[in-house]
Amino acid sequence: MAGALQDWKLQKKPFVAIATAPVFWLILFFVAPMAIVWLYSFGQNAGPADIDISGTLDNYKRATEWLYLSIFLKSFAVAALTTLICLIVGFPVAMAITFAAPKWRPWMLLGIMLPFWTNLLIRTYALMALMGTNGYMNKGLGGLWEGASWFRTLVGMQPLEAWTPVQLLYNNFAVVLGLVYVHLPFMVLPLYSALDRLDKSLIEASLDLGAGHFKTFMKVVVPLAAPGIVAGVMITLIPALGAYLTPDLMGGTDSQMIANVIERQFKRANDWPFGAALSFLLIYAMFILIALQSMRANKVKEAR
Amino acid sequence: MTETKQPIIQIRNVSKRFGKVTAVDNVSLDILAGEFFVLLGPSGCGKTTLLRMIAGFEMPTEGQIIIDGQDMSLVPPNKRPVNMVFQSYAVFPHMNVTDNVGYGLRIAGVGKAEIRERVQEALELVKLGGFEDRMPDQMSGGQRQRVALARSLVMRPKVLLLDEPLSALDAKLRAQMQFELSELQEKVGITFVTVTHDQDEALSMACRIAVVNKGEIAQLAPPSDLYEYPANRFVADFVGSVNIFEGKLTLDEPDRAAVECPGLGKVYLNHGVTGPHGADVWVALRPEKIYLHVPGEGKAIRAAAQDAPEGHNLARGTIKGMSYLGDITLYEIQLEGGQMIRVSRPNLSRHDQEDFTWDDKVSMHWRADSPVVLLS
Repeated sequence: MAGALQDWKLQKKPFVAIATAPVFWLILFFVAPMAIVWLYSFGQNAGPADIDISGTLDNYKRATEWLYLSIFLKSFAVAALTTLICLIVGFPVAMAITFAAPKWRPWMLLGIMLPFWTNLLIRTYALMALMGTNGYMNKGLGGLWEGASWFRTLVGMQPLEAWTPVQLLYNNFAVVLGLVYVHLPFMVLPLYSALDRLDKSLIEASLDLGAGHFKTFMKVVVPLAAPGIVAGVMITLIPALGAYLTPDLMGGTDSQMIANVIERQFKRANDWPFGAALSFLLIYAMFILIALQSMRANKVKEAR
Repeated sequence: MTETKQPIIQIRNVSKRFGKVTAVDNVSLDILAGEFFVLLGPSGCGKTTLLRMIAGFEMPTEGQIIIDGQDMSLVPPNKRPVNMVFQSYAVFPHMNVTDNVGYGLRIAGVGKAEIRERVQEALELVKLGGFEDRMPDQMSGGQRQRVALARSLVMRPKVLLLDEPLSALDAKLRAQMQFELSELQEKVGITFVTVTHDQDEALSMACRIAVVNKGEIAQLAPPSDLYEYPANRFVADFVGSVNIFEGKLTLDEPDRAAVECPGLGKVYLNHGVTGPHGADVWVALRPEKIYLHVPGEGKAIRAAAQDAPEGHNLARGTIKGMSYLGDITLYEIQLEGGQMIRVSRPNLSRHDQEDFTWDDKVSMHWRADSPVVLLS
């Protein structure tokens, strides 16, 4: 088999034959459209459906104005907060799956992955139904409130005033909650795969040497799960940064993210060149994140 | 060896059940301070579970474990005065040797200067001086094991637990480490409790061995007693190689006994057996305790041996198989009754293995105190 693999590298013709179709696909449907949009970002509208690629940098100048820059920064902050919450919530979930009895593990993983098989739009609307002013969350909170009120009358105190539903939707809180809900599986799966590979006797060795559970977690589990943490953060942060549907549906007027601004340029504003410039700024930001991460990974490898 | 009779670990009627499976079944034993104690048994016999209960990673379903006079029922692993060397070594892959060995001391809040000193001392003890800055993935299995050993010894535990410490090493290194572990144990004077399935390992290192079978202690004895006076067929068969013949006790007097074995003939012993007359018993005979020679002619192959010296048992057979192992040759011999018996013969001279070959008729004899009569 090893010989065959060696030959595979040496024999150019079959290699070219196999590689042509996917390369052609990539060029036709990915590189070419991206290149066109990239060119648009250096153009200006010459008519309702006509773009003059003049090489102007005006779009980028406009995109770096404070109005848009602040939305970039805010998107980044929302994505970062989402990632942090996903990490905090996802780590115990991943640990629970890792340490569960083997017969339960596939079912727990299935539970994590199940939402992937449901359309994002449907999941978002379902969450909105839950969080609306007449949704179950508010009903539940109202029930608790009335219970507390009833308890107060029971002990001879004044009852609480009537329950007013809390506005859970259409604000930044709703956006972050929605993003966490959507992105949690992306965090849990790489964490699980890192923790699953961890030799459990390392944890026992740490306990055996006198460390409690918290110290063992901080000094052994977290450092050894680091590759999974980095992978989970990247795979959560990048899509969260470009989130469009969740802020559009669940956010208020002040919670639009950069993807919503981009969408508006391509549709309502019909300013494709400006939308293209914003898009590419977002892509560059993601490139920088990925580059930083791979630089870090190389450093870790060299240090070994 | 400092033979203090004080028990450091007392295991009292301990059982451990996993669901319906009983891993450890009502075991009671004392491990004495300063001894090298070995739990020996086949895989799945419950020996590792017993060790993990001492370490605190498993809780007994019933019974009590007392370490140094203190009941361990409610004491978590990180608070027990024992340390463990894991089968996989469990050396932290993200720390260098110094940090690995110093881990427990750092957790305990020992001062930096003292940590440095004690880590150095421990590394010298396991002959790893000069490896301080190595990462585990730059070390061999044997070296990683030494790191694990130093990491535990540096804590100065009352008891050091070793789970199959030599199973991952190659044969040469294993023999060397057996020696070094015994030496180390004597030097530091800590009680060692080792789990192994390898009888050579157990015999060469232990002060006392507990043979574990199906969650119970089959026999607890020093190595030579275990080998020469096995208590039952399981121990006789598990420790070393043995021929076992079923028979009936036909003669049982204070100074002599005889067992009638259908396959082997009458086996005479020069001591009493204390078993009921006519009882079903088993005769165990070690291959190396049988002398082999050419029948009839009285031609002694070994200087001292005649056809059958006074008081020896005698049997005849045909050689059906031979394995030349260098130091000894192993013969599979078919007895006249049809049963097979194994005989080993040391190659005292360079040409000894040429004395016998396939299908040779041979006679065998053995001393009257060589067979062991087993009642179970």
